[in-house]
Amino acid sequence: MGRILADIGTVFWRDWIVLRRRLVKFILSRMVAPVLYLVAFGWGLGRSIQVESGSYLDFLVPGILALNSMNISFNSITPVHAERVYHKSLEEYIIAPIWPDAFVIGKVLAAVLRGLISSAIILLLAGAFGANFSFSPLFLLVLVLNCVVFAEIGFLAAMKLSTYEAMAQVNTYILLPMSFLCGTFFKTAALPEGIRHFIELLPLTHTSILLRALSAGDAMPWLSLMVLLAYAFLCFWLGRRAFRQLTC
Amino acid sequence: MIEIRCLVKRFPHKDKQGKDSFRTAVDNLSLSIGSGEVFGLLGPNGAGKTTTIRMLTMQTKPTSGNILYDGVEVEGHEVELKSLIGVVPQHVNFDQDLTVGENMELHGRLHHLTAPERRQRIAELLDYVELSEVVNDGVRRLSGGMKRRLLIARALIHNPRILFMDEPTVALDPQVRRRIWELVRQMASGGVTVFLTTHYIEEAEALCDRVAILSKGKLVAVDSPAHLRDNFQEANLEEVFLKLTEEKAGRGGA
Repeated sequence: MGRILADIGTVFWRDWIVLRRRLVKFILSRMVAPVLYLVAFGWGLGRSIQVESGSYLDFLVPGILALNSMNISFNSITPVHAERVYHKSLEEYIIAPIWPDAFVIGKVLAAVLRGLISSAIILLLAGAFGANFSFSPLFLLVLVLNCVVFAEIGFLAAMKLSTYEAMAQVNTYILLPMSFLCGTFFKTAALPEGIRHFIELLPLTHTSILLRALSAGDAMPWLSLMVLLAYAFLCFWLGRRAFRQLTC
Repeated sequence: MIEIRCLVKRFPHKDKQGKDSFRTAVDNLSLSIGSGEVFGLLGPNGAGKTTTIRMLTMQTKPTSGNILYDGVEVEGHEVELKSLIGVVPQHVNFDQDLTVGENMELHGRLHHLTAPERRQRIAELLDYVELSEVVNDGVRRLSGGMKRRLLIARALIHNPRILFMDEPTVALDPQVRRRIWELVRQMASGGVTVFLTTHYIEEAEALCDRVAILSKGKLVAVDSPAHLRDNFQEANLEEVFLKLTEEKAGRGGA
């Protein structure tokens, strides 16, 4: 067990020293999108929108947190794709005497860290913009779970796709539509029924539901938590299988 | 030390009609390599040298056949056997976001060296390959020869008993090649088994105790360079190599 944790730690250590070197740039670049969302949709457009629970800004913050932690976690893993396809530096891990799952877990944890740093930035900015939200350990747990799910999806894409273009297409055709439709800027109830049923199967929708309920102090939507947990386990299993298949 | 039995590797591919088929990269290869030996695997491009090394270093699984290290079957014992081997790949595969020292550190951590062991080995090895001055430089800034020497230093950090070197001197100038030859001889004299692939015949002749010649995935000869020259009555190993690989290619194309 000690050796497995050490292996996870080694994989995480590599990503941590790269992040540490670029931390200031990382933080500054992660502030741009949330500030724009908060200004455009919170202050600008949001002033003319009324929601049941209070101001639109309060409604918006959990959605921005959900979509931003999804994007950051997924894209934090994309360098693994270049390491596999272009730099071939993944071979270093394949020939090393480590438990293969340690690589998957270490990479996912490093992406979760990046997702959480960018979430902390949003919470600070949202506070500065005057948003009201309640932060709790459960709220943090959901954020972590969202980062885990999308880091695992990013890992799976990095293992399976063969070109940069294909990785970019995941952003364009999957993450971007999810960013807008999965209960982030408006409730899924506003969608046409056929689309709504499909959107409600997606993990980001459940993160939005959970974060919004927890932020407003509403009852815990346990079903959404179960769905998110199921996604986390399924995506981990698929990711570890894809990594092991590299040696087939 | 290394026992290879009836090793086969096939890759899926599309035939001329576009139908699913397979291409045999390594075909029924059997070899035995002793402890402390410098063993060379020769062959023209596409002969199956790199695929053989990738199977031996557990980067790809054989379609069939067995590989044993010290009598232990690789299948099912990959994690423990990986600590026996060091790998110098044909291509440069450093982590581009890390410095020279950090790349070494990562390898040491992946092989479970303690912090004092890592510090000591990194300093020793970078000194050995004359790269101590660039320990804090990014790997992108190194010249081709420096990268090759760093690949060797990295592969040695955990004191492997077997070192696999895939085309270790490809595209290097003669001075750097000679320097790498010296390093190989020093490692072998220290008891490390060296398994190298090359298509520089003079390199194999200068370094190897025995060589195996592959052509189109098949083993066509295995012996010491001197015995091969004598048996085929040729003045040098290059003539033997050409004779065997051309014969094979001629038969294959007929």
